[in-house]
Amino acid sequence: MALIKEIESINKNFREEIIETEIKSAKRATVTINKDALTRAADYLFNKLKLRFIIASALHTKRGFEIYYHFSNDLTGLVINLHVILPKEKPEIKTLTSLFEAANWIEREMHEILGINFIGHPNLEKLISEGNWAKGVYPYRHEDL
Amino acid sequence: MRTYKAKKMSKIIPIGPYHPLQEEPELFKLYCDGEVVKDIKWETGYNHRGIEKLSESKTFDQVFFLVERICGICSTSHPFAFANCMEEIGNIEIPDRAKYIRSIIGELERIHSHLLWVGLAGHFLGYNTVFMWAWKYREPILDLFEIITGNRNSYAMFKIGGVRRDIEGNKIPLIKKIMDSFRKKNNLLIGAVMDDPVIHARTKGVGILTKEDIINFGAVGPTARASDVAIDVRKDDPYAAYPLINWKVITAKGCDVFAKAEVRLLEMDESINIIEQCLEGLKKTKEGDIAAKVKEIPEGYGTGHAEAPRGEVFHFVKTNGSSYPERHKVRAPSYVNIATFKKSCVGQTISDATISLAAVDPCYCCTERMAYAYDYTTGKKILNGEDILKLSHKKTQEIRQKL
Repeated sequence: MALIKEIESINKNFREEIIETEIKSAKRATVTINKDALTRAADYLFNKLKLRFIIASALHTKRGFEIYYHFSNDLTGLVINLHVILPKEKPEIKTLTSLFEAANWIEREMHEILGINFIGHPNLEKLISEGNWAKGVYPYRHEDL
Repeated sequence: MRTYKAKKMSKIIPIGPYHPLQEEPELFKLYCDGEVVKDIKWETGYNHRGIEKLSESKTFDQVFFLVERICGICSTSHPFAFANCMEEIGNIEIPDRAKYIRSIIGELERIHSHLLWVGLAGHFLGYNTVFMWAWKYREPILDLFEIITGNRNSYAMFKIGGVRRDIEGNKIPLIKKIMDSFRKKNNLLIGAVMDDPVIHARTKGVGILTKEDIINFGAVGPTARASDVAIDVRKDDPYAAYPLINWKVITAKGCDVFAKAEVRLLEMDESINIIEQCLEGLKKTKEGDIAAKVKEIPEGYGTGHAEAPRGEVFHFVKTNGSSYPERHKVRAPSYVNIATFKKSCVGQTISDATISLAAVDPCYCCTERMAYAYDYTTGKKILNGEDILKLSHKKTQEIRQKL
């Protein structure tokens, strides 16, 4: 298995919070962490390791609501996914907007399409539907799960 | 129209609401004090097409045609990123010939997209000759696309494991000929734009985005490279034929609109180099060997990205062993680039606002719909889109006369 120094340092610093680490290749890795540690971990990746925040992808699965925060090291082409799993009943997590502006729109979007609440977000207004969807309708949820 | 708190500002100028070629159509509301932009609010959702949701009900082969229609101008960059993503999930290695063909299509697209931008930027500034020239030079590139793929846009070239059509050996001399003649025209264009004192006066120091802004907003592509942030997926995480050939990432240090023009113009020259090397690569590989056999895509997820003309296109796909994506997340480069408008535009005059917005190339290709300027208190129309453009033209005229 490829050794990635970023992953090594995350493992060292967030030992207690890491649920699972998956290294798919020398350039792709996913770290599943405790949702309460997300802000600290994102801060570490962005400010300490100087990774670029690409975007976040949210999805509704059997495990609950999952969010992958994609970070990239543009010097090596490494993409690290910071993965959190939120409970189905109360999907909420702290916002990352205090760390970087790039999280602003995507958190609004995830709030809108899946109903995930981002605690502390400055403006969780609808981003893509402009009020065309009824209240409480989250089109990307899979209610059949 | 919603009411905002910023009521003490007397005028609100909307730019928008939508540009149908873009994934995220938008409306910018410029809150102005006199001619100076003080704040910007952003609204969108006028034309949300639900592509990510649609994708969940399409087979992987169909998704290519769907994502190709996200953007009409960079129509190959989304299939490119999606192919990279799916090949990552399936661990598929594609034949060298397919790699070269993919890169040729990608670079031709970059050329025609950048030419379109140069033309529009010229138009915003009142340089209609540049506008006409750039779009005229773009035509042979589109003709070339028709010869290679059968379409001027939406080329339908990509599939998992390779490409759908070959570029036969007998087409190579023609492609070379068109590239040679385009190189001359491009040099002419570079000379005309880079040496013009009026363009310098209109674009230098306008729409500044610092390195920190780029990192904070996560901006990509020429927008980032013009602020000396040398990120380019083609170099950073090489895919297709880019690791097989010699080329360099173009950056500029100016951080302003001029630097963005500089990056795009010089990038076109680099694209010609890439295409020429890819054509040599095609000669070395066997005709017809354009796709690997792909049986099935296993359960898993992948993160694929590709460098579109506007920056990094990012696709995240989760598969479940069937032939449909379980979740397909798409991030177009404009999604992060447009947000920088808030930084680059505040403090500028309205006549500089259009070019500052246009500088990030927010898929402004087919429509440039500026609505009206309303007086905030009376609701009376003051300026329409044409008037705003005229303001911009007037400023250029004034500078020209002073020189």
